[in-house]
Amino acid sequence: MKKSLLVSILAATALTAPIAQADTLRLLTWGGYAPEDVIAKFEAETGHTVEVTTSNNEEMIAKLRATNGGGFDLAQPSQDRITSAQEEFGIYKPIDMSRVSADLFIPSMLSATADNTTYEGDVYGLPHVWGTSGLVVNTAMAPDVTDYMDLCGEAVAGKVSYRLKRPTLIGFAYSMGLDPFSAYGDTDAYQGILDQVEATLTECKSNVKTYWDGGDEIKNLLRSGEVVASMAWDTGGWQLNADNADITFVAPKAGALGWIDTFVLPARGRADDAAYDWINFVMQPEIAAMITNTAGNFTAAVDGDAGVSAELKARYQGSFDQAAIDNIKWYPPVPAGLEALEGATLDRINAAK
Amino acid sequence: MSSDASRLGFYLLLAPILLWLTVLIILPHVGLFVVSISEKIGPREYELGVGNYAAFFSEPLYWRTFARTAIMSILATALTLILGFPIAYYIAKLTKGRTKTTLFLMCMIPFWVSELVRTFGWMILLRETGVFSNLLQSLGLVSGPVEMLYNDAAIMVGLVYTSILFMVVPLVTTLDSLDDSLIEAGYDLGGTSTSILREIVIPHAMPGIVSGCIVVFMLSLGNYLTPILLGGKDSLWFTGMIYTQFITRFNWELGSAFGFLLLALSSLVVFFGLKLSGRSLSETMGRA
Repeated sequence: MKKSLLVSILAATALTAPIAQADTLRLLTWGGYAPEDVIAKFEAETGHTVEVTTSNNEEMIAKLRATNGGGFDLAQPSQDRITSAQEEFGIYKPIDMSRVSADLFIPSMLSATADNTTYEGDVYGLPHVWGTSGLVVNTAMAPDVTDYMDLCGEAVAGKVSYRLKRPTLIGFAYSMGLDPFSAYGDTDAYQGILDQVEATLTECKSNVKTYWDGGDEIKNLLRSGEVVASMAWDTGGWQLNADNADITFVAPKAGALGWIDTFVLPARGRADDAAYDWINFVMQPEIAAMITNTAGNFTAAVDGDAGVSAELKARYQGSFDQAAIDNIKWYPPVPAGLEALEGATLDRINAAK
Repeated sequence: MSSDASRLGFYLLLAPILLWLTVLIILPHVGLFVVSISEKIGPREYELGVGNYAAFFSEPLYWRTFARTAIMSILATALTLILGFPIAYYIAKLTKGRTKTTLFLMCMIPFWVSELVRTFGWMILLRETGVFSNLLQSLGLVSGPVEMLYNDAAIMVGLVYTSILFMVVPLVTTLDSLDDSLIEAGYDLGGTSTSILREIVIPHAMPGIVSGCIVVFMLSLGNYLTPILLGGKDSLWFTGMIYTQFITRFNWELGSAFGFLLLALSSLVVFFGLKLSGRSLSETMGRA
């Protein structure tokens, strides 16, 4: 009896021993940022297991807020949404730069992200994937749409779609000749800009077929031809371009809006080792290229574009010449409380007849 | 001794439902209520106050959406009753044996797939490049594509479709218990079809009608998927607003207040519904 107990304890220890060193990485990320083949490679190399939850900026913050930063070990919100969330809810912990292989990151992006995600002297974010939002247009049916304001034109009436979210407000503001990002710090000036955008978007409402919500929804609308011009992410346009050469991403004259999705550590994450392992793993050039090929967006990894498929590169170059790249408006960090103003504006646009 | 044992048995049997009520219903609502009466005055700073409820009444958008949701849910309930009653009557009174089972089963089959799939089904049917639009065009009834999605009528279709089963089931049960001889007696005494329906069938089916209406109303009022997916740019729904406050605005305080107002609204409408039909809740729930 005693012997068999001893044996079973030994057996149990033997079974759990290799797992004790490896962790389960609970990753909160966007669709496409953690492809199956990358996960398989990571698990084989490190012994960690990865559980992926796909989400978006707002849901990531809401999920982490609900648990005070627990439930996940690594999250990937955009860099402009980190300091305000940290200030309001305290859901992240600082990055330990000594555990990150900094030479894997493009230096300019690493330092820009560090600047934008610094709160009370600590850095909270590392850059991962970047991209833009702008116009996705069926160039055969709406050849004249080259800027956000063109979505309100007579030619595309009833065949337009955009989201009722903050990027739309900012894109239209730039297209109207305003500069919302420089007004971030000045609540009154920002409210003035929002009021002008509200008037424009309310007038534009009759042009809109529906406000889209998810990436698949807008792709369906464009693919079926029900919508010919929209404000959407660059990857969506490039994916559609693969099926229908007429549809592609157009960098608006007023400038595409550039975002960088980051790595952040949730405050109550339990597997920091696995999180740092994952960061250092996916920033290797060949892994970064695998992620670019599934997500459709480029990464902040040095030489990460070397292994990217030629088609995707061609589409990227077709949408962005050097001038368009220089004209990208990168989101600065959103001050806490700004979203409340934008929310009220969006509500009024939604309710307007 | 034996009374002690039976008392223990009583409490043991009661424990699951008490646990369910406290842990899953009462505690979350207490928490939600506390959040709803805290006002944000700065980052990580909150104080008690009714500002969130005041915001609801001072912003027309909020209470208009609230009223709109209530009215459309009542309308959806009425439509479901009008559509569901003949179906239930046919199943309960005019069919027997296997036909009855088959028909009943056919009502249920759509509910074997998830609500999301059913709603996407309607989107495929109603959209501009969808089945109905193409059918009308090929029949030559319309000249160009017709958009039937993204409006209030589409929401109504979706709501009625998702909730009709919950009307049909209680109606079939109550109508089943109506003795056929009562209807025959009505005819023998010279009653017309309408007077028999009014004097015999409907009064007998009243508990089923009321409980069906309560369930359908609650389902419509609290529905999130159907109004969001089928509704258009003007189609606001109150549950959508709660989602927005919680998720995209990070304003849990206002979202919780909205949640409580929705709870109050549904309780109020059910209360008036029972008053109007002259029934008590226990009677309705007991017989249906």
